[in-house]
Amino acid sequence: MIVYLVRRLGQSLLAIMAMAVLVFAGVYAIGNPVDVLINPEATQAEIAATMQRLGLDRPLYEQFGIFVKNALQGDLGSSFVYGRPALDIILERLPATMELALVALVLSVAIGIPLGVWAGLRPDSIAGRTIMGGSILGFSLPNFWQGMLLILVFAVILGWLPAGGRGETTEFLGLQVSFLTWDGLTHLILPAINLALFKMSLIIRLARANTREVSLQDYVKFARAKGLSGRRVVMVHILKNIMIPVVTIIGLELGSMVAFAIVTETVFAWPGMGKLLIDSINLLDRPVIVAYLMLTVLIIVSINLLVDVIYSLLDPRIRLSEMKG
Amino acid sequence: MKTLSLPLAAGCLVATLAPLHAQELSIGLKSEATSMDPQFHQLSTNIQVGKNIFEALTTQDAVQKVTPGLAESWEAIDDTTWRFKLRQGVKFHNGSDFTARDVIYSFCRVPLVQNSPSAYTIFTGGIADMTAEDDHTLIIKTKDVNPLLPTDLWSLAVISADALGAEDEVVFAPDGECTGMGEVPQAPAFNSPDIAVGTGPYTLESYTRGSELTVARFDDYWGGTPEWERVVMRPITSDGPRVAALLAGDVDMIENPPIQDIPRIEGEGFSVVDALSNRIIYLHMQQLDDAPGIGGTDGANPLQDARVREAISLSINRDAIAERIMGGYAQPAGELLPPPMFGTSGREVDPYDPERAKELLAEAGYPDGFTLNLGTPNDRYINDEQVAQAVAQMLARVGIQTTVDATTASQFFSRRNALEFPIYMAGWGASSGDMSSPLKSLVATYDEVTGTGTTNAGRYSNPEMDAVLAEAMATIDDAKRDEMLQQAETMVLDDYGIIPLHYEQTVWAMKSDLTYEPRVDQYTMAREVKKAE
Repeated sequence: MIVYLVRRLGQSLLAIMAMAVLVFAGVYAIGNPVDVLINPEATQAEIAATMQRLGLDRPLYEQFGIFVKNALQGDLGSSFVYGRPALDIILERLPATMELALVALVLSVAIGIPLGVWAGLRPDSIAGRTIMGGSILGFSLPNFWQGMLLILVFAVILGWLPAGGRGETTEFLGLQVSFLTWDGLTHLILPAINLALFKMSLIIRLARANTREVSLQDYVKFARAKGLSGRRVVMVHILKNIMIPVVTIIGLELGSMVAFAIVTETVFAWPGMGKLLIDSINLLDRPVIVAYLMLTVLIIVSINLLVDVIYSLLDPRIRLSEMKG
Repeated sequence: MKTLSLPLAAGCLVATLAPLHAQELSIGLKSEATSMDPQFHQLSTNIQVGKNIFEALTTQDAVQKVTPGLAESWEAIDDTTWRFKLRQGVKFHNGSDFTARDVIYSFCRVPLVQNSPSAYTIFTGGIADMTAEDDHTLIIKTKDVNPLLPTDLWSLAVISADALGAEDEVVFAPDGECTGMGEVPQAPAFNSPDIAVGTGPYTLESYTRGSELTVARFDDYWGGTPEWERVVMRPITSDGPRVAALLAGDVDMIENPPIQDIPRIEGEGFSVVDALSNRIIYLHMQQLDDAPGIGGTDGANPLQDARVREAISLSINRDAIAERIMGGYAQPAGELLPPPMFGTSGREVDPYDPERAKELLAEAGYPDGFTLNLGTPNDRYINDEQVAQAVAQMLARVGIQTTVDATTASQFFSRRNALEFPIYMAGWGASSGDMSSPLKSLVATYDEVTGTGTTNAGRYSNPEMDAVLAEAMATIDDAKRDEMLQQAETMVLDDYGIIPLHYEQTVWAMKSDLTYEPRVDQYTMAREVKKAE
């Protein structure tokens, strides 16, 4: 177990390093941030002074060396745009994104699994077909368009919910959250649905396919033959056995939801990390971009690690020490 | 159950909010302020937000005319010495009185701001000395003659010396050598309303990054009671969602609705105001011998020939661009700044005359034309890429086969500054509101010593024009300077050193019970939004 964890951590560190190098070089290749940030009326001398102030006058390898040295001491650099530590700026936005992603995840699991199992048990019924049809829509409609449509229907035409923003927040366990106030909740509903729709469709299809497969297994037939109630067969024998692929997907998707809720956050002006990333890319704010992507790798790796641990709980045959990562 | 009760509950919410709403204004902005420190980053978003909280010695009205601000009046004693009479009875948000010490402290702090991506030192660098004759009289000496000092001062926010911990005596010295400054708070400290103390009509209430900025009415404001109890400014960067927020009633006003959505917004009963901006969209042509991206000329650079440049100008149908691509929200331009702003001559817009253009090309030795790469950003100006495509087609009609190289702004500006385009389209907003700004930056000879021609990425050079411009910039007398600037501009345009296309129009949309006087400088100033009578 410990060997496995250490190996996983080592791999994550490598991934983070590689990410830093790639992003550093990539952003450098796009252009010079000072060209975008400075008032165009500034003179050449002022441009040079600004480059020096931000450390951009040095060769790339030197800039990278300084970055690595500081990063090893826990300092990921200061944002060019905000003049504050990049990590602070990102962590400030993390709770908003986490909240949105978790609510979306709960929605997609709570709705997706029952619908998927239902459709799997009765694949030819009208309900089963409707569910599958709906999931195709959820899959194929572009996220951006879905979001705009939700805004159009629920905010502009019906006027039930606000069109964007985060609304009122309250402190919960030291974090600013919006699901505890009515105003915050109304702001949360549309973006959460928007973010959840795609994952929900994914989970529906996965749950359905697995349910169909598991239903034909001998032990399910045997359980039925033994005279167990249909409810117990579904809840214990089927549900438990379809969970492994579902948990895998949830894990992977949670990571990507946290890291790349960009489209939803942009459409709903949700003050999360994704929106920060887009803004930073537009302004070539390299410290924030690098820190963001490094943090993202860390989050995704941690979630995957957690998923592996959950596997072993769901299926006692799987042992972490046997995994080769 | 929950979903069923939702519309009802939301309805109640709206009903209870309504009376409050009359005193509160919310605005959807297209970008977010990066800092509350008015001396940290020269960025239009920071400026337009900051102007609600902080003020300067002078102000600019909606047409960029310089008017008194915290200074009641001023006069030039000689070419480099100015006396400013400061307004009496002005209070800062923390209750302290506004005096000359605050102004000296504010200007002294500018070079001490760390990590600024675009420092305000471009305005303070020319100041040689500042002294207070008394609490409300300030003498400013400049290093060189600077007729634009009152204009420049608009950009320099006055912050409270007391709130920032200055000593009782602040003595000016150039380049950040002032004494009596105490411990100077840096930009992040300005998120606190205790530090972000100005004299403006609104005080900073809260600033949640990415989400919203709230300012509240300052009851002791010297200019009378401000219109709104609270103003909420929300960054909604995407165009569609910003329009949706207005239509849904989340915000009362938005800036820059996309042109194609304007009929719909008007149809829903909102008011839309627009004004010609000080932003000129222009074409700039590279004058160096080894200009890249030109084909079919055996290595020569045809753009060095004024006849070719004239041909390019004549081949463009500016009316068609303004009408069809800009939806009428642009005006064909004959100058670098819309008349009657300072330094404009009222010059006619170049006509659309493709036949004459072909003749000129033949005269210049290019009867069959040549090929050209046109660089443009695709997310910076209104419909920028479409405009560039139209220009390319029009050039192709007279024989100049043009390909459009459109990239995102961050990439475009870097490539342009590296001189990668033989011809490029860009825009220029004259923040000072006078002709010297575009002349100095866009067409004056590129010179690192004098700091001119910074954005002259075509490297156009006209020494005679440079001389006239330099003389104008050393002339305090407004009438004479106006004349010289007109002369300099005419010299450039007669030589087709730069080709003006159109002036952008800036649009604001708001609820029908609000009014806003549209500003030439494109700023959305919450303090100027009023209730309609």
